[in-house]
Amino acid sequence: MVGIVLISHSSGLAAEVADLARQIGGAQVPLAAAGGTEDGGLGTSPDRVTAAIEEVDQGDGVVLIPDLGSSVLTARLLQTPGHVVIADVPFVEGAVSAVVAAGGGASLDGVLAAAEEAWRVRKL
Amino acid sequence: MNTQFFAAWIEEIATAVRARRDHLTQLDAAIGDADHGANLDRGFTAAQEALAGASPQTPGALLVLVGSTLIRKVGGASGPLYGTAFREMGKAFGEAAEISPAELSTGLNAALAGVQRLGAAAEGDKTMVDALAPAAEALAQAVRDGLKPEEALEAAAAAAEQGAGATIPLQARKGRASYLGPRSVGHEDPGAASTALLFGALKAAASR
Repeated sequence: MVGIVLISHSSGLAAEVADLARQIGGAQVPLAAAGGTEDGGLGTSPDRVTAAIEEVDQGDGVVLIPDLGSSVLTARLLQTPGHVVIADVPFVEGAVSAVVAAGGGASLDGVLAAAEEAWRVRKL
Repeated sequence: MNTQFFAAWIEEIATAVRARRDHLTQLDAAIGDADHGANLDRGFTAAQEALAGASPQTPGALLVLVGSTLIRKVGGASGPLYGTAFREMGKAFGEAAEISPAELSTGLNAALAGVQRLGAAAEGDKTMVDALAPAAEALAQAVRDGLKPEEALEAAAAAAEQGAGATIPLQARKGRASYLGPRSVGHEDPGAASTALLFGALKAAASR
């Protein structure tokens, strides 16, 4: 199954979005939240993100979903073409779509495409 | 410029960042998240500790270690960006024990290219690139003109300082400040300001 890592400036934001996505998309999806700095402040920790990637990597690839700023830069540093890829998507909607697709057994490209669908889903 | 020179540079940076920590944080409070001074202080303090522990033998190895430490320890966007800059410069130096101004210029261009590849910022976006690019260009020009190393570093530091000051009237197009739109106008970019500090420290290391 494709793994998913949510990278946010805020530890709480990443954890809560992960909870929401898990509830909607299924608890079986390898999903990790990597938010905040090591001392609990706002920011990103490459060590935390690296550990999260290792935790969710089952061999089928990993999708990184960053929120903004340093999360995006950290994700760009840690991507590996064809295996650990970044989804450039709205954080909440993209995470939910990606988790649903991963839970349904989609490939890495499939999960990425599902996450990008989030750009086109209107609320009104 | 040998390994000792680059160790002195990092020491000068750490001292300058500590002295200007609150100023950098104030700049960041205006258009960012008020952590730039604290983040860089933590990062360069950790870099000094890493250097003391590992005692790298070449300028290249030293800068790669500094870069890797910044990436892990800074926490904000400047960690990956400065970390990449130092790593790219270190990689450009290879195994050389002594770095000429021309090689420093090549290293600086590699650092700039790395920062732009990662952050996708161009000059005028109100980022550290607005200080880094003019400094790299000034150093290249100084090398072409055959200036002495101290004069070349002086020129680079002046260009960085001027570039940072020139970010004040700009509207941010990259990074957190870009979310503020026109509200980002009228403030010096914290990343450009800290880049100017780095070049001031380079000049200081040369005049030791």
